[in-house]
Amino acid sequence: MSQPTTGSQPTGQAHGLGGLKYDPAKRTRAPEWNVALALVIMVAIFEILNRLNGGSFLFNMRDNVDAIFNQQRIDIMLLQVAIVGIISLGVTQVIIVGGIDLSSGSVVGATAMVTMSFAQTALVNGNPNPKAVFGPEWMDLPVLIPIVVGLAVGLFAGLINGLLVAYTKIPPFIATLGMMVTARGASRWWSNGNPISFPTESYGQLSNGDLLGTLTFGLVHWQGQNPALVFLFLAVLFHLILNHTLYGKWTYAIGSNEAAARMSGINVDRHKVLVYAIAGLLAGVSAVLLTSKNLTAQAGMGVMYELDAIAMAVIGGISLSGGRGSILGTVLGAAIFSVIISGFTSIQLDAYYQEMVKGAIIVGAVILDQARQRKRMRA
Amino acid sequence: MSDIILETRGLTKRYGGVHALEDANFILRKGEHVAVVGDNGAGKSTFVRQVTAVEQKSAGQIFFDGREVNFAGPLEAREGGIETVFQTLALADDLDVPSNLFLGRELFKFKFGPFSWLDKKAMRDRTLEALKTTAVKIPNVDNPIRNMSGGQRQCVSIARTAAFASKLVIMDEPTAALGVQETAQVENIIRGLKERGIPMILISHNLRQVFDLVDRIVVFRRGRIVASLRKEETDGNDVVAYITGIKGPADNVAA
Repeated sequence: MSQPTTGSQPTGQAHGLGGLKYDPAKRTRAPEWNVALALVIMVAIFEILNRLNGGSFLFNMRDNVDAIFNQQRIDIMLLQVAIVGIISLGVTQVIIVGGIDLSSGSVVGATAMVTMSFAQTALVNGNPNPKAVFGPEWMDLPVLIPIVVGLAVGLFAGLINGLLVAYTKIPPFIATLGMMVTARGASRWWSNGNPISFPTESYGQLSNGDLLGTLTFGLVHWQGQNPALVFLFLAVLFHLILNHTLYGKWTYAIGSNEAAARMSGINVDRHKVLVYAIAGLLAGVSAVLLTSKNLTAQAGMGVMYELDAIAMAVIGGISLSGGRGSILGTVLGAAIFSVIISGFTSIQLDAYYQEMVKGAIIVGAVILDQARQRKRMRA
Repeated sequence: MSDIILETRGLTKRYGGVHALEDANFILRKGEHVAVVGDNGAGKSTFVRQVTAVEQKSAGQIFFDGREVNFAGPLEAREGGIETVFQTLALADDLDVPSNLFLGRELFKFKFGPFSWLDKKAMRDRTLEALKTTAVKIPNVDNPIRNMSGGQRQCVSIARTAAFASKLVIMDEPTAALGVQETAQVENIIRGLKERGIPMILISHNLRQVFDLVDRIVVFRRGRIVASLRKEETDGNDVVAYITGIKGPADNVAA
């Protein structure tokens, strides 16, 4: 669109007052399309690389198994996506509001330890639980209690993050860095560094059970994927919330122009607390699912998850300066992330290379996004 | 019932030791358009920030619509009926036009605290309506503001003000960054406000614009109101003389 009068842009055809032209062909594609395209390309590349070795990335190659897809790999990918993806849903909102959350991995660790302490069973093979944290009166609690405890611990950590960021005005990077170190310390202190294990049957069923039962669509099977189910549910929920509620509108508005949001009468500080609290809550959900899946909690759980979660959002096209990004983008980013990890494993690339390439891809995604932004500004 | 919509008595603002605004006595009548002029740092924007409660005054009284007001913040001032276009555009770049127009006063399908469900269609419809009444042309209201030119963004900002204008409109340098055509468009919107009988305070450096648009010119100098001049009784040289301090404070200052 040419604006002959502003001077900074090249002069195009003149237009009269209000004669502004709108060219629908110049409308930019939603950035999510590019991420989806990248996902397809990634899968295709790994498929080709596997085929060259006589295997397959996505498809079942074994004659003795009756399935279309490589079920094991898909199961692993879904689990990887789900646990960190749930954290990433919260981190996405924090970044959109103009902040950052470095604490989510440590919050998962601390929440895991506390939650598991309330999920233990009294007797293991007829013997007292060797990893017991509390006395027997705190054993074999209804499954709801560890869940509520887990969510509460995550929420509490998120609230502290939010209050620090909103009311002390210290940079989110520092506030959540402090929480990152503190929460990790707390997770070690909780049981003096010892793992906490042997949860109740019902707690283990949270992640290992089948909410939907074993589903079979022809040759495609769905089994034991509760974490993925929770991830999908939360993704849809927060997609709707960000796009259709006041919460979402204000989140984007604050990230886009905090001063404008304030002048428009939005209670910016209170809203930030809410966003960080929700991110903490989601880290709590993730910790519950992770400990249930592994049937144990360790002080080192969730290390680096915060960076993986940020990476998922970044690959999904989020702007680290706030105001831009989407849940759909993050879900696609999470899928790409998981495909990269599983893909490198499938071609038996050494883990060291994996991390190096992972880093390069994160940087590459941002470079591409910025190039796209500049192009759009010129168009 | 008096015909005064806004009056300030002894309005004063100090930033630490700096007296940015001192003893400002200002009156605006219903339907009247007044320009506030003055050199940089003369206290024009400070004056507006006190009236709109973006900042809290150090001393003095503000009467609005017949009663003394002490707005706690810009939102209260807006709810009271004062709509403002700020010097720095108060727009969220990543939101579309309806979201910006309704920012902080969204319409809902149903209320549920922060998770109240937005009525996007109603906001879009009313945006198109508002753009029509204010004669603002925006090619595609669903585009984020980021993709628009400076003039279009300013028009959105002004349309937002004009659309919700009820009792008083304040514009702080609305055409400072605009080209000729865009300036003309903004001036048309201002004339539209005059026709609708909505009073306005216009802060401007552009004396041509001031003489074109308003009924009365109030001159600020060094934090004080030094003159209040009816348009018919003054000219550009006179106004400049007050702005630069060649002429001293007039006797009719609180008129």
